[in-house]
Amino acid sequence: MRLLTFRGGVKPDDAKARTARAAITPLPAPAEVAVPMSQHIGAPARPCVAAGDEVLLGQVVGEPDGFVSAAVHAPVSGRVGAVEPRPGQLGLPVSCVVIENDGRDRAAEFSGLGQAWSAADPGRIRDLVAAAGLVGMGGAAFPTHVKLSPPPDRPIDAVILNGAECEPYLTADHRIMLERATDVLAGLAIVRRVLGAKRAVVGIEENKPDAIAAMRDAAEDAEIEIAVLAKKYPQGAEKQLIDAVLGREVPAGGLPMDVGCVVQNVGTAAAVADAVIRGRPLFERVVTVTGSPVARPANMLVRVGTPVAAVIEACGGDLAGTAKLVLGGPMMGLAQADTAATVTKGTSGILLLGPAEVDAGPPSPCIRCGRCVTACPIRLVPTEIGNLAVRGLLEDAERIGIMDCIECGSCAFACPSRIPLAQQIRLGKAGILAARRGKGRG
Amino acid sequence: MDRAFILSSSPHAHGGASSARIMWTVSATLLPAAGWSVWLFGQAALTVLVSTIAFSALFEAGSRFVARRPLTLHDGSAVLTGLLLALTLPPGLPLWICAVGAFVAIVVAKAVFGGLGQNPFNPALTGRVFLLIAFPAPLTSWLVPRGTGEFLFDQPVTAHDAAGNIVSLAAGQVDAVTAATPLGLLAERGAHAVAALGDGLAVFWGQINGSLGETSALLLLLGGVALLALRIITWHIPLSFMATVALLALVTSGVDDAVYVGPVFHLFTGGVMIGAFFMATDYVTSPMHPAGKLIFGAGCGVLTMVIRLWAGYPEGVSFAVLIMNACVPIIDRFTRPRKFGLRGPADARGGR
Repeated sequence: MRLLTFRGGVKPDDAKARTARAAITPLPAPAEVAVPMSQHIGAPARPCVAAGDEVLLGQVVGEPDGFVSAAVHAPVSGRVGAVEPRPGQLGLPVSCVVIENDGRDRAAEFSGLGQAWSAADPGRIRDLVAAAGLVGMGGAAFPTHVKLSPPPDRPIDAVILNGAECEPYLTADHRIMLERATDVLAGLAIVRRVLGAKRAVVGIEENKPDAIAAMRDAAEDAEIEIAVLAKKYPQGAEKQLIDAVLGREVPAGGLPMDVGCVVQNVGTAAAVADAVIRGRPLFERVVTVTGSPVARPANMLVRVGTPVAAVIEACGGDLAGTAKLVLGGPMMGLAQADTAATVTKGTSGILLLGPAEVDAGPPSPCIRCGRCVTACPIRLVPTEIGNLAVRGLLEDAERIGIMDCIECGSCAFACPSRIPLAQQIRLGKAGILAARRGKGRG
Repeated sequence: MDRAFILSSSPHAHGGASSARIMWTVSATLLPAAGWSVWLFGQAALTVLVSTIAFSALFEAGSRFVARRPLTLHDGSAVLTGLLLALTLPPGLPLWICAVGAFVAIVVAKAVFGGLGQNPFNPALTGRVFLLIAFPAPLTSWLVPRGTGEFLFDQPVTAHDAAGNIVSLAAGQVDAVTAATPLGLLAERGAHAVAALGDGLAVFWGQINGSLGETSALLLLLGGVALLALRIITWHIPLSFMATVALLALVTSGVDDAVYVGPVFHLFTGGVMIGAFFMATDYVTSPMHPAGKLIFGAGCGVLTMVIRLWAGYPEGVSFAVLIMNACVPIIDRFTRPRKFGLRGPADARGGR
């Protein structure tokens, strides 16, 4: 069978063997959680509890501030210790609700629609999704209810579930598809109903044959298609996934809904089932903990707000032998200076890299080999754009497509001169966005 | 407070490709052809190879030292330039002329522009063309290869004594034996003079005279195929270059085979093989995009044939590649790939 894929991309070693067979294991909730109010793209949630309040597991502690925002729930029961800035994943303090865990997991009352969802009004389902604080769990953490609310002039005919998990090392989605296949497909069916879409497709990379089989079994009579994708990075990037599965190209500067399509991560779909069928909010997620310094690599079910240090400790991570700590995968994850940040709804992995795995060496001059061009899934010319960005020629960089870059990092991965192209381009994009904001104000 | 880890922007993984490894690999793929030239011409070839590479390395190190920049010999580019330059030179070329060529290639054509990656023109070819114009006689004095007698492709060979006087082959004082190259014969005496080469086998195997890297088309082809297999180069430039040469040879010889010769001769003589696989594909001085590479290769082919057939020089590959080098920025500009998401709105909704 011909595997579906896109043009460009790179083929990193997937390094998934360490955890691909590790069943999802709940990590006991820590004595204290620090729950960030900003775990999503959009406006941070507004804390709605104060120090000294008693909270129940699953109770709202942060209310969405506007439409593009998401509710935040207590991941443990106990007493609010403080509402204060704590270290965040971006290196800056973020507003957190700190809860002292009473260890009893006294839960708020969750009420979902049960199997009656299939007759429920789409608006009611959307409200349940929003109330549960769902965000995209593939890493970008875009509020899910917003994606489920396309404007009327953008009819959606296809929903794609993203089970590509093209980031090396990560196996969280893989395990969710294996262990929660029914919930994943129920979530997909719910999303399809909300959007009134005809087609529902799950895209899975070929390197997860057991997940493909499990999803096929579960999908048997649900009119859901399973699409087998080539193992290539960034196969799971939204635009590349849509291109591979549907053969549709999302317009430059556009959104998937412009081509009648919505993409959700498989983990998000399982969370949709939790939210709509059981009324259960999103306060925990599967995190792959891996890398050579980790003694017991695992796929852990971790409460949001758990300190990264606690997760690493539980898996026997050797911090002294760690050169780089990354939240997410190696291609797009966020490097951390220390272990102070806490797990959020978007944290798909905790990756420890040893000194041998990060010894990059200094960059050498560009020899115009064109490997970055071949690798770019957007078919940009990264070396040219990066060079313009570094020299501050942002208008020229914009003219040749810098804002179309999806920051997948394929160019820098492929560069034989080890030029930090993705970083140069990010810098340029940030400069252009800053200039736009300045203009808007003036 | 625990220890601080390395902070850097993603990606945190690398594919392992290295510019230095690419340069050294290209050099390695040239070794069979270089070895063949040593077999054919003996010490006369070895001296040119060793001295040109050594002078190139020396000038690279010197120019970095003068510019107070880190030494870059390990990146392999200076050695590769030296090797490529040597392969464009005739065996027996005096050492000091090799040194001048290396100086022009490394210092004038590369270092003054800022070093690796910054030079607009192929350094080795710049060095060669400078030598060809500055020292025309030594650059067109061709030793006769091993295994040929008093005649090379039906032309008499010429013996010289140490002072350069023409002497009899049997005189015992012979210092060098020379003869014109196939392309030289073609330019001077016309198509009938190279008729003995008609079946093309001698030029393909390389039992011919010429510059070190003009002799064995076969070994250069093998090196080129290795570069393709290793994905160091793509097929676009070599194929469009050679196809254009072949097409023009076919057309001209079809029109008048008394004046023009066919594609086999033109492909396997002179610098077309080394030019198409190793010179025109130099990353720094060739286009980056597939469409641009096709245009560039075809341009090289047309210019090569125009010079060979109608201009004053018997061989035109060096000039052709250098002229096309000058066109690279504009070719790159107009052949950028169409970026993702520019498919028209009409078919954007099509697909599967």
